[in-house]
Amino acid sequence: MITKRIIPCLDVKDGRVVKGVNFASLSDVNDPVELGRYYSLCGADELVFYDITASSEGRRLFTDVLKRVASTIFIPLTVGGGINTLDDFERVLTSGADKVSVNSGAIRNPQLIGDAARRYGDQCVVLSVDAKRVDGSYHVFAKGGREDTGMDALDWIRRGVSMGAGEIVLNSIDTDGVKRGFDLEMLDAVCSIVDVPVIASGGAGCMRDFVTLFRTLPKVDAGLAASIFHFGEVRIGDLKDELARNGINVRRIKDKDA
Amino acid sequence: MIAIIDYGVGNLFSLKSSLGMIGAQAVVTGDADVIRRADRLILPGVGAFGDARKKLAQTGLDAALCREAERGKPVMGICLGMQMLFEKSLEYGEHEGLGLIPGEVVPMAGRLPAGLKIPHIGWNALNIKRPDHPLMKYTDSGDCVYFVHSFFADHCAESVIATAEYGIDVTAAVARGNVLGCQFHPEKSGTVGLGILKAFCEL
Repeated sequence: MITKRIIPCLDVKDGRVVKGVNFASLSDVNDPVELGRYYSLCGADELVFYDITASSEGRRLFTDVLKRVASTIFIPLTVGGGINTLDDFERVLTSGADKVSVNSGAIRNPQLIGDAARRYGDQCVVLSVDAKRVDGSYHVFAKGGREDTGMDALDWIRRGVSMGAGEIVLNSIDTDGVKRGFDLEMLDAVCSIVDVPVIASGGAGCMRDFVTLFRTLPKVDAGLAASIFHFGEVRIGDLKDELARNGINVRRIKDKDA
Repeated sequence: MIAIIDYGVGNLFSLKSSLGMIGAQAVVTGDADVIRRADRLILPGVGAFGDARKKLAQTGLDAALCREAERGKPVMGICLGMQMLFEKSLEYGEHEGLGLIPGEVVPMAGRLPAGLKIPHIGWNALNIKRPDHPLMKYTDSGDCVYFVHSFFADHCAESVIATAEYGIDVTAAVARGNVLGCQFHPEKSGTVGLGILKAFCEL
């Protein structure tokens, strides 16, 4: 049976990995290629690279980094950030990405989801949604979680899937950076309306949070986190052991020191 | 030298890099002459069967590939490339495959127990049916590989060398003489996948 996936997320700016807490105050963490290789050897099931650069020079640097990562790391790579057009899809896919995550670009132009799904297949298009509770419902936020679009997150996700998004990354702004667990309530709401894989993001603080996630919500396919992995608070090998001890099906790697 | 057959479908960056990683010389090519001179062939593929099959026919590389397979050259299809090795596919209509392995490609929809998502996407464990097969030289049952697909090869029991359990036994790897196939992506399956590519290079 398919295993639950553990996915470290690397935010990349000017060729370096950074991570924001609640999307603010970035701090430099590590080299993307080194960090990616380390995670791959530890048993990460997939890597997500977010390009948080705005300049074209930064974008070129990111594409170079991606090529270097994809030449040395042989697990699925998802790329997001600054994906606004089919040309952006093409640029990252030919640099070694397997899946492309759209967020603000799809909010501005929802047709991008369908166009990309038709050209590259549903499995290639990941809809990443930053959502936050506003007046008793979940709103979609754009621009890295800074701008309330007023759109209902569940409606948006339903629409994205119907247009061809093959996977959903749900990042709860309410729990992001707080490290007290994933947003189970919001995730449950999303899992009950879509049949595509759902990746939980935002709020993991310890191994127990992943156990709770997969036990409480068996429909969630993957858990994504950044700083707890980057700062070594949770080691992926240990996390896989802990999940397996709790009866959750995970991929174990043959030799950790490979 | 390994020729990765380029017929305008899919992303070949990782495949070429992964072969480089295990020390194999690989070229991405759409040139029938290079295909003839190569020691081994890999037929990759993503997307829809009908579309990919048509492109392969338009380039004339299907004939070149079949000719080399008949001469005994090791050929490996990956994902949709594996599916095209079979006689036919029922993906959105009925399409003729290359006919190098008996069997047909059928949708998962309607054949899986309720509650399982389609596509079958993610890491799943291999159940090796033919542990003596040289392609599985570095691989054990229980090793996980990365799948992304909604259709699978059926009616091909005599060629199956490994399956994966997803409510049903999904054909994961096949072999018929020098013609081989993986439904999963060895180039995206970490060290296990590299082991399978290495085994292919040593056939």
